[in-house]
Amino acid sequence: MKFFSHKTLLATLVLAGASLQMLGCKPKGSQAAISGDAALKTYVAPGKYDEFYDFVSGGFSGQMSVYGLPSGRLLRVIPVFSVDPEKGYGYSEESKAMLSTSNGFIPWDDLHHIALSETNGLHDGRWVFANANNTPRIARVDLKTFRTVEIIEIPNSAGNHSSPFITENSEYVVAGTRFSIPLGDNTDVPISSYKQNFKGTVSFINIDKNSGEMNLAFQILTPGVNFDLARAGKGKSHGWVFFSCYNSEKANTLLEVNASQKDKDFIMAVNWKKAEEYLKAGKGVKKTVKYTHNQYDEKKHSATSTTMNEVLVLDPKDCPDMVYFMPCPKSPHGCDTDPTGEYIVGSGKLAATIPVFSFTKIQKAIADKNFDGTYDDIPVLKYDAVLHGEVQKPGLGPLHTEFDDQGNAYTSFFVSSEIVKWNIKDLKVLDRVPTYYSIGHLSVPGGPTRKPWGKYVIAYNKITKDRYLPTGPELSQSAQLYDISGDKMKLLLDFPTIGEPHYGEAIPAELVMKNSQKIYKIEENAHPAAAKGDNYTRVERKGNEVHVYMTAIRSHFTPDNIEGVKLGETVYFHVTNLEQDWDIPHGFAIKGANNAELLIMPGETQTLKWVPEKAGVFPFYCTDFCSALHQEMQGYIRVSAPGSNVPIIYGTGTIKAAADYKATDGKTK
Amino acid sequence: MQIIRPLTICLLSGTLLAVACSEGVKKDEKPVDVQEMTKNQPETHGAELKESDVVVSNPLNTEWVSAGKGIYEMKCQSCHRLTGEKLVGPGWKDVTKRRKPVWIMNMITNVDMMLEKDPDAQKLLEQCMVRMPNQNLAKEDARKVLEFMRNNDGEK
Repeated sequence: MKFFSHKTLLATLVLAGASLQMLGCKPKGSQAAISGDAALKTYVAPGKYDEFYDFVSGGFSGQMSVYGLPSGRLLRVIPVFSVDPEKGYGYSEESKAMLSTSNGFIPWDDLHHIALSETNGLHDGRWVFANANNTPRIARVDLKTFRTVEIIEIPNSAGNHSSPFITENSEYVVAGTRFSIPLGDNTDVPISSYKQNFKGTVSFINIDKNSGEMNLAFQILTPGVNFDLARAGKGKSHGWVFFSCYNSEKANTLLEVNASQKDKDFIMAVNWKKAEEYLKAGKGVKKTVKYTHNQYDEKKHSATSTTMNEVLVLDPKDCPDMVYFMPCPKSPHGCDTDPTGEYIVGSGKLAATIPVFSFTKIQKAIADKNFDGTYDDIPVLKYDAVLHGEVQKPGLGPLHTEFDDQGNAYTSFFVSSEIVKWNIKDLKVLDRVPTYYSIGHLSVPGGPTRKPWGKYVIAYNKITKDRYLPTGPELSQSAQLYDISGDKMKLLLDFPTIGEPHYGEAIPAELVMKNSQKIYKIEENAHPAAAKGDNYTRVERKGNEVHVYMTAIRSHFTPDNIEGVKLGETVYFHVTNLEQDWDIPHGFAIKGANNAELLIMPGETQTLKWVPEKAGVFPFYCTDFCSALHQEMQGYIRVSAPGSNVPIIYGTGTIKAAADYKATDGKTK
Repeated sequence: MQIIRPLTICLLSGTLLAVACSEGVKKDEKPVDVQEMTKNQPETHGAELKESDVVVSNPLNTEWVSAGKGIYEMKCQSCHRLTGEKLVGPGWKDVTKRRKPVWIMNMITNVDMMLEKDPDAQKLLEQCMVRMPNQNLAKEDARKVLEFMRNNDGEK
């Protein structure tokens, strides 16, 4: 390095300051930060339940994890955007369509944020939404079954980061594009033509009040910035959504430097009630796009994927008073609305203060046209006119803020690795506590709602380092639980997480568990290949395919002996679990299948596709320990040479040819 | 049933100490007491039936016989033959002559309770080694299965 530019020098100083601050914050030993009663406060006795469910992003695992709080016990990993061989998700014939996109079947994604459904600004425990960052999608998980039941792809988007933040009656979840991209028919343009050709969009996905079904209602075309996070207004600010954005410089290379030039970037305020009026007035322009909409039918136990071809786009140029920009210092990340809906907290990643905006002042500035010019023809509100105030010297690298029920805010600081508690009204810092290490998001149970439950704040950390036994170059991802019931925050617990725990939302257990479903009723099973009783089990040849309609119950399969399959044929095992008892799934795995297992819930039917590679006898068995005779739950299928004349015979106990079943039972199955 | 419920839950959670479940749980200041909910998990089984709850009469209700057959084929046939042959569970031939109607009904609708306290049910578990599954039959459905069993045993 021959010379320091002014900028590099500055950055070095900032970093040096940061490490000094970190040293200053770091206690002598990790034990020093633990108060004496931490164990008591997180101990949940065997057989007892946790007080909260915590739904946590699985980051680059593509899944969502569910923890109990305050114990930090892992309760469930819900497969969402990535295949999960443990549960057959993405491997069973029924679930493959869930991962279908306009780019074909995609087995992986990067799940960042969580949004629990809301009614009247409160968590209602019905659904939880999550975003796929890489191939833009939003998923809905049904909290009756803890299963992904719907995934909708977002067109005109790239890097669906600013998502899936929700409005206070679950009218919409939003999806802002992280990358601006060339849109329309010709996207083959020079990257250097960014400023002319690259545009952003924010999407509003409507949620059906009763079914939860998602529908891409409209998109708003925006200048070519990068959208980061968002929050909907609530109470007085209901009808608005606030999106943080960076790269107002519109840089297309070395954003680390080039997108940090300006003193201020923006929070974009969108009046979606106004947008609805413009839609009604016919201002939406139909654009041809291609995206998929995947739904899981819990009666048919099957997913279907539909290709959609159109989206309504609103251009702020044609829709005045719909979109405004508010200046916000230095690459804002979080833009969080407080429980009253009056305050919007911006968090400039590189800023030394936390600006707090006032919704009342925003409305006044709009009425008074108190603008600081325009940005791509969109009015920019005057910073001083909309500012409630700034929290001075809160820490380094503010990222994200949540709230308790006492009028306090909790902001995470990545660079100085701490949580800072401050008062929303007078903007005074009240307390700070170190995190281990480099916290990203944080969450307070009910923190994004009108009535936070308070009690805890959870830190979702980016770096783990020395917190657990070493496990090679990569360590467990990590979260931490803090008690916020007193004046001072107290660290209670470290707990490991999967993937990268970007964000999580916690909800009182009672709101979810009262709706929890225990079985799928076999009477309601509408899967076309279900065998609802042993009389319906059979083996059928259809052209080049052999379909096995099989039942499973403790502890045998029917049929468990199958012969007559010929090499070159594809075998489909349709397995129905006849159990109607809670927590009695059966598994199904067959030797050599280049696939995964099936894990079939009580009353459910699932299908495994198997292409035999050679002639012979292949065993299959139940993978999920189900009874004392689970090990006996097994069977054989015989595959013969293509020209052989081995007839199809099958059965359990008694092995017969298909024709004999008909003769003895007097009915066609 | 109020007495049975904590017992069943103990069984499910693998705890055998009924005392642990019946102890009072301290309420804290929160409006929702989740610890309390460990005791109040909705029961998947029906209430225990008394002898007087099950009335049998002749002639058989033919609609119930036919509905009972349908339920048998969907939920029972995998393990129970209509002959005396034992498969996973005992064959059903003459079951209505061996057992009282209320015993059969409780075995169907309340199997965890039966395996917990009924000596005959426990003896069967020792022979079969597989806990009879709770197949989630409502009392009315179980009654129809009973009618089908009576028909299978030659009653008119």
